Amino acid sequence: MTDTTSNTPTADRARESELSPFGRFLKATELDIRMLGMVGALLIIWVGIHILSGGLFLTPRNLWNLSVQTSSVAIMATGMVLVIVMRNIDLSVGSVEGMIGMVMGVAQAEFLIRVMGLQLGNPWIWVIALAAGVALGLMIGALQGFIIAYLEVPAFIVTLGGLLIWRGMAWLMTSGRTVAPLDATFQLMGGGPRGSIGATASWIVGILACVAVALMLLNGRSQRKRFKFPLRPVWAESLLGVVACAAILGAVWIANSYPWPIGIVRQYAQRNGITIPEGGLFIAHGIAIPVLIAVAVGVVMTFITRRTRFGRYVFAIGGNPEAAELAGINTRWVTMKVFMIMGVLAAISAAIASARLNAATNALGTLDELLVIAAAVIGGTSLAGGSGTVLGAMLGALLMQSLQSGMVLLGIDSPLQSVVVGAVLVVAVWLDTVYRKRV
Amino acid sequence: MADTTAPTPLIDMRNISIAFGGIRAVDDASIDLFPGEVVALLGHNGAGKSTLIKILSGAYKRDSGQIFVNGEEASIANPRDAKKYGIETIYQTLALADNVDAAANLFLGRELMTGWGTLDDGAMEAEARKVMGRLNPRFQRFKDPVVKLSGGQRQSVAIARAILFNARILIMDEPTAALGPQETAQVGELVMQLKADGIGIFLISHDIHDVFELADRVCVMKNGRVVGTARTGDVTQDEVLGMIILGKCPPGAIPGPGALKIAA
Repeated sequence: MTDTTSNTPTADRARESELSPFGRFLKATELDIRMLGMVGALLIIWVGIHILSGGLFLTPRNLWNLSVQTSSVAIMATGMVLVIVMRNIDLSVGSVEGMIGMVMGVAQAEFLIRVMGLQLGNPWIWVIALAAGVALGLMIGALQGFIIAYLEVPAFIVTLGGLLIWRGMAWLMTSGRTVAPLDATFQLMGGGPRGSIGATASWIVGILACVAVALMLLNGRSQRKRFKFPLRPVWAESLLGVVACAAILGAVWIANSYPWPIGIVRQYAQRNGITIPEGGLFIAHGIAIPVLIAVAVGVVMTFITRRTRFGRYVFAIGGNPEAAELAGINTRWVTMKVFMIMGVLAAISAAIASARLNAATNALGTLDELLVIAAAVIGGTSLAGGSGTVLGAMLGALLMQSLQSGMVLLGIDSPLQSVVVGAVLVVAVWLDTVYRKRV
Repeated sequence: MADTTAPTPLIDMRNISIAFGGIRAVDDASIDLFPGEVVALLGHNGAGKSTLIKILSGAYKRDSGQIFVNGEEASIANPRDAKKYGIETIYQTLALADNVDAAANLFLGRELMTGWGTLDDGAMEAEARKVMGRLNPRFQRFKDPVVKLSGGQRQSVAIARAILFNARILIMDEPTAALGPQETAQVGELVMQLKADGIGIFLISHDIHDVFELADRVCVMKNGRVVGTARTGDVTQDEVLGMIILGKCPPGAIPGPGALKIAA
C-alpha cells in the first residue's frame, strides 16, 4: 500500500514530461480535445460567414435569433444522445413533436375554450395544454420504449413506424387544418420581444450561472482533496472558471445588446404612458425564454448522464449490454426510460416550436429527426454506442443551425444548403472516426 | 454424494438440467464446493461447464434441479440474486463495460451514492484504488475507459470487481486464457490467497495444466454430463485427460452420470 502511494506522483510526472505544451495544457485542464475541436469549428464557421456576409452574422440580432432557432433541436438532441449511446435510434421525434404540437394547439385554442368552457386568457389554459403535451410525450415514449425493450422489435423499425403513425395522427386530428392563434402566455415559450426576460433578469441569470460554475469547480476540488486524488493546478482551475464565466457573461451581454424593434417599443411606451426620448428608447430583449428552457434542459440532462445511477447504466449498457445485464442491471427498464425521456423532450420542443410559430401546423417538426440525429452525431455521439455528451450534442445543434442560417444570410439557395449540411455531416463523422482510431 | 464428515458445502448443485432448443447443454449435473476449496471444472469446449456455472451465477435459468447455498435451498433467477448469496463471477469475456473507467466497472450495479442520491465517484475511485493497489500495485490508469487497458489490467479489474464485495463463492471462467505467464502466476497466487481466506472457488478451464496444481478437486464434464469428480491427489493428470477426452472414469474418481460404462 505504501508502495502504491509513493509510486503515484513519480509515474504521473514521468508521463507528463513526455507531453507537448498543448498536451500538458489538456492534461492540466482535463478538457476534451474533441470538444475543443467543435468549439474551434464553430468559431471558424461563425467568423467565416461573418466575413463572407459582409458583417451580418456576428451581430446581436443574428446571434440572438440563432439561439432561439437552435433551442428546439438542441433540446431533443440531448435526449437523442442517450438513445444513441444505448445503441438505439429514434426516427420518430419529428413526428412526435408535430403530433404533440397539434394536441397542445387544439387543447388551448379549441378544446379547453369551447368544450371545457374556460375563458380566453385563463392562466390554466397554457398550464393544462403544456402538461397534457408533456404527459402525451411520456406516454408515446413509454409505448415505443416498451415495444423496443420488452417485445424486442428493433428501435429503427418501431420509430420508423412512429414517424409515419404520429405524423398521420397529427393530420387526422384536424384533417390537416392549422390551429391558431395560441394562448398568449403559451406563446412566451417561443421567444420574441415578450418571450425574453429583459436586461436585468438576464444579468441576474448570468451572475447566478457564474456563481454556480465557481461552486462546481470548488466542490470538485474539495472532493479530490477528500480522497487525496491529484488536483488540477490552480492556474488551470482559474482559467476554466474565467473562460466559462466570460462566455456566460458575454452571451448575456450580446442578448442584452439586441433591442426591441421600434414598433413594439412604441406600443409599449404608449400603453405604459412613457414618452420616447430623443434618439429612441432602448429596451433590450435579454435571454429568450426558449433558450433558457434549452439551457435548463441541458443542465438537467448533463446531471442525469453524469451524476445519476440511471445515467451510468445508460453508458454501461451502450458499452457492453451483456456485461450490464450480468452486473444485474435491468437493461429493459433502462431502455424504456430513455425513450420516455426522449418523448418528454419532444413535447418540450413541440411547445417551443409551436409557440414560436404561434400556430400548430401539420408540418411542425418535419425532418427534425434528421437534424436531431445529425446534431448528436456531429457533437461526438458514436453510433456504435457507449459514448457521447449532452453538451456536445447541443453544440452540434448550434453548429448545424449556424450553417443553415448563415447560408440564408449569404443568399444560398435551399437545395444547395441541403448539399452543404449533408456534406458537413459526413465530413464531421469521418473526422471523428479518424480521431477515434488515433487515440 | 458429499463427504458426510465434512461441513456443509458452500454450494451444492443437484441434478441441474438446461436445454437450448432441444439440445441438452447440461444434463443432470451435480457438483459441490466447500469453504476454502478450489474445484476445477474441466471439459472440452461445449462440454457444458460454462453453462452450468452460468446457472449458478444467475445468467441462465435452469430447467430443473436445485441449488443449495450453505445447506439452504437458494432461488437464483438473475445475476442480482446470485450476488446476494455472495456468489461472484469472473466471466471468460470479463464482462466489462469498455467505455467507462475502472471504478465505474467495479461498482457497476452497486454504485456508492452520496447523501443527495447522486453517484459518489470520489468514494468509488478511492475504493477502487485500494483494491487495485492490492491486486496490481502498478495500476494507475483510473481515469481511462477500460478499453484502453492491457489484457492483464482488464483481468485485474474483473477480479477486483469480484472480490470487492466480500464474495464467499468465486467463479472464475477461463481466468488465465488471455494472460501471459507472469500474469497467470499472479492469478494463481491470488487464488491461493483467497482460498486461505475461506472463499470457495470454482475454476473453469479447458486446459488441465492451468488448474491442476491449484485445485483440490477436479470435476470433469463431457457432452453436458458429469463424467466424474476426484481429489487431485487421487488421480494423475493423464487419468484426468482420459476423463476429458474419452469420458473414462479412473478408479480414484467418483463416477457421475456421464461416465463411460465399461463394465456394462
